Amino acid sequence: MRRGVRLLWLSVRAQPRPFALAVTGAALFAVMAVGGTIILGRVTDEVLIPAFEEGGVERRAVALGAAAIVAASVLRMVGVVLRRYFGQMAQRRMQVLWFQRVTDRYLTVPLRWFDAHPTGELLAHADADCERSTMAMQPLPFSLGVIVIIAISMAQLARVDPVLLAVAVALFPGLALLNNSYTKKVEQPASAAQARVGDVSAVAHESFEGALVVKTLGLEDREVERLRGRAEDLRRERLVVGRLRAGFEPGLDALPNLGTIVLLWLGAWRVSIGAVTTGELVQAMALFGILAFPFRIVGFLLEELPRAVVANDRVQGVLAAPVRAEPAAPVPLPDGPLDVVFDDVRFAYDEDDVVLDGVSARVRPGEVVALVGSTGAGKTTLCSLVVHLLDPTGGEIRLGGAPLRQVDPDAVQRAAALVFQESFLFADTVRENLTMGDDVEDAEVWAALEVARARTFVERLPHGLDEVIGERGVTLSGGQRQRIALARALLRRPRVLLLDDATSAVDATVERAILDGLRGSVAATTLVVAHRVSTIALADRVLLLEHGRVAAEGTHRELLSVPAYAALVRAYEQDAA
Amino acid sequence: MSVDESLDAVVDVLTDAAPPGSHDRERRHPDMTDEEEALRDAGAVAVLRRGLAVTPELKQGLVLTAVLAVATALGKLAVPILIQQILDRGVLGDAGYRPGFVAAACAGATVLTIGLYFVSRATFLRLVRAAEASLLGLRVRTFEHIHRLSLADHVDQRRGALVSRVTSDVETMAQFTEWGAVAWIVDSVLSVTTIGVMLLYSWQLALVAVGVFLPLLPALRYLQRRQLAAYDEVRTAVGGTLSEVSELVTGAPVVLAYGLQGRTRGRLDDAIRTQYKAQMSAAKWFAVMFPLADLFGAITLATVMAVGAINGPAWGLGLGELIAFIFLVNLLLLPISELSEILDQTQTAIAGWRKILGVLATPIDVEEPIAGRTLPAGVLAVDLDGVRFAYRTGDEVLRGIDLHIPPGVSVAVVGETGSGKTTIAKLLCRLADPTTGTVRVGGVDLREVSPESRRAAIRMVPQDGFLFDTTLGDNVRVGRPDADEAALRAAFTTLGLGGWLDDLPLGLEAEVGERGTNLSVGERQLVALARAQLGDPGLLILDEATSSVDPETEQALTEALDRLSAGRTVVSIAHRLSTAERADLVVVVDAGEVVEQGTHAALVAAGGVYAGLYASWLGNTRVLDHDG
Repeated sequence: MRRGVRLLWLSVRAQPRPFALAVTGAALFAVMAVGGTIILGRVTDEVLIPAFEEGGVERRAVALGAAAIVAASVLRMVGVVLRRYFGQMAQRRMQVLWFQRVTDRYLTVPLRWFDAHPTGELLAHADADCERSTMAMQPLPFSLGVIVIIAISMAQLARVDPVLLAVAVALFPGLALLNNSYTKKVEQPASAAQARVGDVSAVAHESFEGALVVKTLGLEDREVERLRGRAEDLRRERLVVGRLRAGFEPGLDALPNLGTIVLLWLGAWRVSIGAVTTGELVQAMALFGILAFPFRIVGFLLEELPRAVVANDRVQGVLAAPVRAEPAAPVPLPDGPLDVVFDDVRFAYDEDDVVLDGVSARVRPGEVVALVGSTGAGKTTLCSLVVHLLDPTGGEIRLGGAPLRQVDPDAVQRAAALVFQESFLFADTVRENLTMGDDVEDAEVWAALEVARARTFVERLPHGLDEVIGERGVTLSGGQRQRIALARALLRRPRVLLLDDATSAVDATVERAILDGLRGSVAATTLVVAHRVSTIALADRVLLLEHGRVAAEGTHRELLSVPAYAALVRAYEQDAA
Repeated sequence: MSVDESLDAVVDVLTDAAPPGSHDRERRHPDMTDEEEALRDAGAVAVLRRGLAVTPELKQGLVLTAVLAVATALGKLAVPILIQQILDRGVLGDAGYRPGFVAAACAGATVLTIGLYFVSRATFLRLVRAAEASLLGLRVRTFEHIHRLSLADHVDQRRGALVSRVTSDVETMAQFTEWGAVAWIVDSVLSVTTIGVMLLYSWQLALVAVGVFLPLLPALRYLQRRQLAAYDEVRTAVGGTLSEVSELVTGAPVVLAYGLQGRTRGRLDDAIRTQYKAQMSAAKWFAVMFPLADLFGAITLATVMAVGAINGPAWGLGLGELIAFIFLVNLLLLPISELSEILDQTQTAIAGWRKILGVLATPIDVEEPIAGRTLPAGVLAVDLDGVRFAYRTGDEVLRGIDLHIPPGVSVAVVGETGSGKTTIAKLLCRLADPTTGTVRVGGVDLREVSPESRRAAIRMVPQDGFLFDTTLGDNVRVGRPDADEAALRAAFTTLGLGGWLDDLPLGLEAEVGERGTNLSVGERQLVALARAQLGDPGLLILDEATSSVDPETEQALTEALDRLSAGRTVVSIAHRLSTAERADLVVVVDAGEVVEQGTHAALVAAGGVYAGLYASWLGNTRVLDHDG
């Protein structure tokens, strides 16, 4: 609760102006809501009662009364519009703020942080959690307005008659109690029901995903029973909520009605002895009519607050994530071709999960080296280390003699390009995917596509470079995607090129043409991870990685005498068809 | 100007605004079947009628519930009537203050209010129970129906849609039944009865009240539309923001490696700004909607008050009656504005219902025989005669396949993606029936075989090796539910996987995780093979995996496959020519026809399609070895 209040206070302070306007609106509404009942009372006394007496009522008084009723409503309307619109504005602006903080952190965390967090979770932090964090801001202005309503209602009743006030004073705690106990009781089963919805969804998802297995093994009945079980659980939980609501909702109607009945009973007596006018009694009854709903709003606030705190805890969890280390005094990279030196490089995710266990090797400027090893040997990790996506846990990598840890990150990104096996393309045009927003001439773009052997199929796209690809656009094959990703790297004229199985989906003949082309046009120091014998054989030298170390190095032919290498090559051949 | 007309107007709003996405009616939705497509244009009433037909639970005890709902609504009128009675007859009447009458009336009203609280609670409970029972029934029936649909309806693109039929679509209906459905019933009855009581007090004033109120309906209808459109935009904008974040998260390596932080930040800012603008524009409509009803209420009140004050005495109206009338106007305001609020929810619910009905209307292609025949025990022959096949929407995939496989022979079916080889596998385990021609296994037409016998004798090992999120043992046991632990272990040892199983710390008790992610791709395939072994089928269909597996597991897989295949008829859908090399017979499929068949050696010697495929495969993988 205290943390909830602190979160609200923080949010209010971040958006003072819209929030102040929303509260003003809420106060205006509160005043005019009570005002409406006063007007009704006055109208009863000064228009309605005279109307039924001898001589009737003056037209002017009728018009005045009607105008007052409508005017109060117009002011209430202004109040509601102010409160809703600016309340929404305060809330949404706060959501934008949280969103920007969360995504800023996503942009600065080390890459490894992403491995530990599933995509769905990270999306939820940026969307649902940011929104939930601000949800309690919406009922807040109205809740503050409720205080005003109660205060002036009480003041009004106190002015009118102590007996009527006593009835109201007795009614309020009843309403508050009813609300409070419902809110408390319903919270647990409501969230349980929500969790059961997730269970049903999980079963449906798994079951349909395994439809082939379900069908071929005739598991339909078993699956139906499994779903029925979860759906029954959900129904049971929903019935608990339903039973609570069945007690609460009619109670919320009945309680003010009972209050009104008592009010009438006592009021009739007060009117008869002249302590209260008929109009004042009418006013008090109208007041009771508007009191039940505001209590519900306070209930919403109390319901929403703990959820907001929980959601904001998740947001804070993201904001507490570590930031990538930047060199204190960055050094530039030397000009010209760069060599890559691995000096006893070690990398481990934790003590039991050692990936690289002392890799030492040198790739000479302009040389093409193939990196070979079985799954889990550390090839991808080694590539990621060179572009500084990961930091070695021991040893050092030097680019052109400069220790990578001290080099300006921008300079590394400009000099070295890593092309991944899973080619990631943005849902945008081909051109944007290649230039990434930089100003590059079309001729250069086409040249890069040419080397990546992507020119022909891009030319055939209806809109060429302006064709939108990805989710909402043209679907490209795996090999085409890889070639676009390769062209993106080439366009940056890297001095060090790392191909992490980057042409695995490309036809073997085309792959060979690409690698031949690379040699001719790009004088980059190249490290290529490959699974095809034909690709491996194109390299100047081969590094065999085993258990996180360099087990052997030399040309393809030299290494064929190493049994581990020969076995691996045989396995690759089996795979290749 | 009756209440019925005004309710009709509300229903009108509902019916003609109901078909969702009517603006893009021409565009075909990729995740819809023809049946869903047809239902899309059905009106709300048609949907309701068909919906009631498929959810009998809803109709149970409906009459009593309706009676109780009327009582609930009438109860709300008690207070304004009491006000009138006490004012006119207890205080301001000719007899002056009558404490006895006042006390009796109040006591009566108290008893009534408390009594109606219980009636109303019972109504609510009955509605909730009926709704939950129908949702449960609907969910289970839809789920079952989806599982009985042909596999052609289970393609990847549609999976998400199918899941939402039994989850979010039913959920939108659940939300509706929790509040909206109850509100429709109670509010309709309440508006009708309120207007009824108004008419009793003064038909003239009732006409005035309803007349001033009426323009509210089209105004609300207009706002409702604008609001829905605005919410649509918000949803699209939120989707846009999410896809930017998702690009950042899934593309993080690229963003970091290429230094794209600035560009990404800019795009995120654009997206969230668009989202904010959409939200604020929706907020505008949301802000006006409720106070508008309040304003109409006030105008009605002012008019009723003025007309009543001037003409009331002449119409024979009492003061108490006029005051009660004013409270009735307030009472009428409530259900009308609530109805306008739930319209939106009602539309979503009807859209959800429509989609569910669409699935339920999709016919089941594969009908099981009533008294099915049993397949002979042991190894089975396979005969395909003139088999043609086309998916419901699309071209012919198989165009006259004749294939005869003697018992115990292993066959590799090769061909490019889209040649129809996977469809052949599906027909062999009757995931679909041929459009024309027959598939016979062990000499019996598959259409006449009982499902139990078919599933026991024919086993398919799908390429994805799908595992359920439970233990390893349970995942194998689905291959034969009555198998004990010894049988499970035996299945592994027979395939030479005893050692692999023993190496797992928890053995058969190991949890495999969602979709089996605790195991590697290759290991999942091992489990799928053990599952097939447990069933000891006479015909084995292997849909070979395309993804590569690490060399160690690959070796275990090859050996396990050999052992599993021994003594059975095997049809492999081969993606690797090394599999074809080992098969007794190779069948080459192209564009839905068998273009070549024979032994590997014979086909290579013949120099046809297969020889070409084989040569290019060799060229890519072995040329260097042969050189060196």
